[in-house]
Amino acid sequence: MYHKILAPVDLTHAARLGRAIDTACDLAKHYGAGLTFVGVTAATPTPVAHNPREFESKLADFASEQGRRHGIAAGSKAYTAHDPAVQIDDTLLRAVEETGADLVVMASHIPNVVDAIWPSHGGRVASHAAVSVFLVR
Amino acid sequence: MSTSPPSSEAPAEGEPIPAPEGETTLIETEYNVGQDNVEFQLGPVGVDVHQPVFAISGVTIVAFVALTLLFQSEVEPLFNGLREWLTGALDWFFLSAANVFVLLCLVLIVTPLGNVRLGGSEATPDYSYLGWFAMLFAAGMGIGLMFYGVAEPISHFSTALGGTTVEGGARTDWAPLGAAAGDDAAAERLGMAATIFHWALHPWGIYAVVALALALFSYNKGLPLTIRSMFYPIFGERVWGPIGHAIDVLAVFATLFGLATSLGFGAEQAAAGLNFLFGVPQTDAAKVVLILAITAVALVSVLAGLDAGVKRLSEINMALAGLLLLFVVVVGPTLLILTGFAKNLWAYVEHLPALANPFGREDTNFAQGWTAFYWAWWISWSPFVGMFIARVSRGRTVREFMICVLLIPSIVSVFWMTAFGGTAIHQIAVDGLGAVEAAPLELKLFEMLAALPLTAITSFVGIVLVIVFFVTSSDSGSLVIDTITAGGKVNAPVAQRMFWAIFEGLVAIALLLGGGLGALQAMAVSTGFPFAVVLLLGCYAIVRGLWSEPR
Repeated sequence: MYHKILAPVDLTHAARLGRAIDTACDLAKHYGAGLTFVGVTAATPTPVAHNPREFESKLADFASEQGRRHGIAAGSKAYTAHDPAVQIDDTLLRAVEETGADLVVMASHIPNVVDAIWPSHGGRVASHAAVSVFLVR
Repeated sequence: MSTSPPSSEAPAEGEPIPAPEGETTLIETEYNVGQDNVEFQLGPVGVDVHQPVFAISGVTIVAFVALTLLFQSEVEPLFNGLREWLTGALDWFFLSAANVFVLLCLVLIVTPLGNVRLGGSEATPDYSYLGWFAMLFAAGMGIGLMFYGVAEPISHFSTALGGTTVEGGARTDWAPLGAAAGDDAAAERLGMAATIFHWALHPWGIYAVVALALALFSYNKGLPLTIRSMFYPIFGERVWGPIGHAIDVLAVFATLFGLATSLGFGAEQAAAGLNFLFGVPQTDAAKVVLILAITAVALVSVLAGLDAGVKRLSEINMALAGLLLLFVVVVGPTLLILTGFAKNLWAYVEHLPALANPFGREDTNFAQGWTAFYWAWWISWSPFVGMFIARVSRGRTVREFMICVLLIPSIVSVFWMTAFGGTAIHQIAVDGLGAVEAAPLELKLFEMLAALPLTAITSFVGIVLVIVFFVTSSDSGSLVIDTITAGGKVNAPVAQRMFWAIFEGLVAIALLLGGGLGALQAMAVSTGFPFAVVLLLGCYAIVRGLWSEPR
C-alpha cells in the first residue's frame, strides 16, 4: 500500500521518539516499504553536531542502527536550514516532495492552547502535505 | 539550504569530528552546545535556556531598570559621569583600539589569511550578495544614517567654519582638528571628512572583527555561536565557566539596553517626524503606541524567521533607502554630489591620519565628545551586529568578507553622507536656507527634504525607513539575544525570541514613561570600554584561529 515512508526525527530528543520510530519501522516492514529518516539542522554548531556534515553522518548512523534493530533497510536524508526553529515545517514538506514519500510518520505532542498561535510541526505537516501523515502521540 | 546524499560510512564513537564542507581545523573541546542549558515546560510553552547566562542577564536588566526608575536623579549623573569619564580620560584607548581593528581588517584582505573560507574550504554562501548586504546594512547602521546623515555634516561644517576658541589654554570649540575659520570650502571638506571618519572604516572595522571571530570559531572550529567562543584560544576550557558567563551576560546587557534605549529615543524622534509631517501630537501615548507598533511588527517578523522576516524587511529597506538616495542625487545638486563623492573620499583619506591619531590632540572636545563617544557606541553595539553578521556570512572567504563588510559599506557611507550632508550644506552655504541648521536633530532630515520637490512623498518614505529600520533592529536583536542566552543554540523554541522582543519593547516603554533613557544609554555606551578590551584580545584570537586553518 505504501512504497516510501518518511520519518522526521529530532536527534536531540531521539530518546523520546521511541513510539513514532517503532511505528514507522513496523509499518515499513509490514508494507515492505522503503524508510527514510529525515533531520533538519542549522549550519552553526548544535547540541547534536558541530557542523552539518557531522549531523549527516550521525543521522545515517541512527538510521542504520534503527534498520538493524527492526530488520529493515533504512536510509537517511539531512537538511540544513538558516533558521531551523522556524523553517522546519517547510523543510519537511520539501523532503516529502523530494523523496517521493507516500506516508509520513512523525511524533507530535498533544494539542494545547499554544497550537492556536503556532501549530505543532506534526500538525502543520499534516495539514499541508499532499500525502498521508501519521501523527504519533 | 543544501542537501546531500546519506553517507553510509559514519565514524564510530570516539573518532574525530568530521570537518564541515571542505577542510578546516576543528577545535577539540569536551564542551557540547547546550550542555549547560535547562529545558522545561512553562505552561504550554517549551523553554530551553543557558544557565546561568539567561537568569543573570534577566535579573540584571530588571534590576537596572528598577534602579533607574526609582533613583533617577541619583543614577542619571552617575551613569552619565561614567560615560563621560571613560570617553574623556580613555579617549586615547578607544581611538587606538579602533585603529588596531581597522588595520587588522586591512591586513587580512591582502595577506594569505584572507583565503580562509568561513564554513570550510568547500562551503557555499548561504545568502546572495544582495540579501547579505541588505542585512549587513540594516543591522549595522541604517537608523543612524537616517538621523545623522544630514545632522552630522552640518554640525562639523558649522563648528569648523566658526574656527577655534581657546580659554585657559584649552580648546573650547567643537571643531575637528584645526578648524577652517571663515573658509566655506575648507570647512565643508573638513566637516565631510570628520563625518565620514565616524561612519566608514572604523565602525565597520569594529563590526567586522567581532563578526569574523564569531563566524570563524563557530563555522570552522565547531564552537557554539556565542560571544565567549572567540576567546577559546586565550582562555581555553575556562571559557565555558564564569569568565565566559561574564562575557555573554555583558553582551546581552549591552545589546538589550542599546536596543531598548534607541527604541525609546527612536520613538521620540519618529513621533517628532510624524508631528512635523502629519501633525500627530507628540504625546507619551503616541510614543507608546509607536513602540508597541514597532514591537508588534518585529514580533511578526521574528515569528517568520530569518529568511522570511529580517531578510525580507532588510531588502525592502535597502530598496527604499536606495530610492531615497537616488532621489536626493537626481533632484538635489546632482553634479555637486557626484563630484563631491570623489572630493569627500579624498578629503577623508587626507584627514584620516590626523583624525585617527590618538595622542596629543588639541581638538579635545571633538576627539572625546564625538570620536571617542562614537567608538564606545559602535563597540557596545558590536556584539549584536557582529553576531548577526556572523550568522549570515557562512561560505564567504575572509577576503570577500572583509571587502563586503568593511570596504563596500564604507564607500556607501561616503556616498550617503555626500548626498545628504552635501545637499544640506549646499542649502545652507549657497542657497542661504537656515531651516536645516535651526531644526532639532530629529527633524534635520525632513527639513532638508522639505527644500526639495515632492516633499510629501520623500518625507513619508523617510519616516517609513526610520520605522522599518527600528523593526529590523528589534527583530535581529531578539534573535541575537536569544541565541546568546540559549548558549549558542540557534534552534531554541521560538517563544524565547518573542519574549526578548517583547521585553525590549517593555523596557523602552518603562524608561520612556519613567525617565532614564539617557542614563541607561550612557550605561550601554559605557560597556564599550570592557568590550574594547575584550575585542583587542579577540584580534589575537582571530589571527591564531586563521593561522591554524588550511589556506
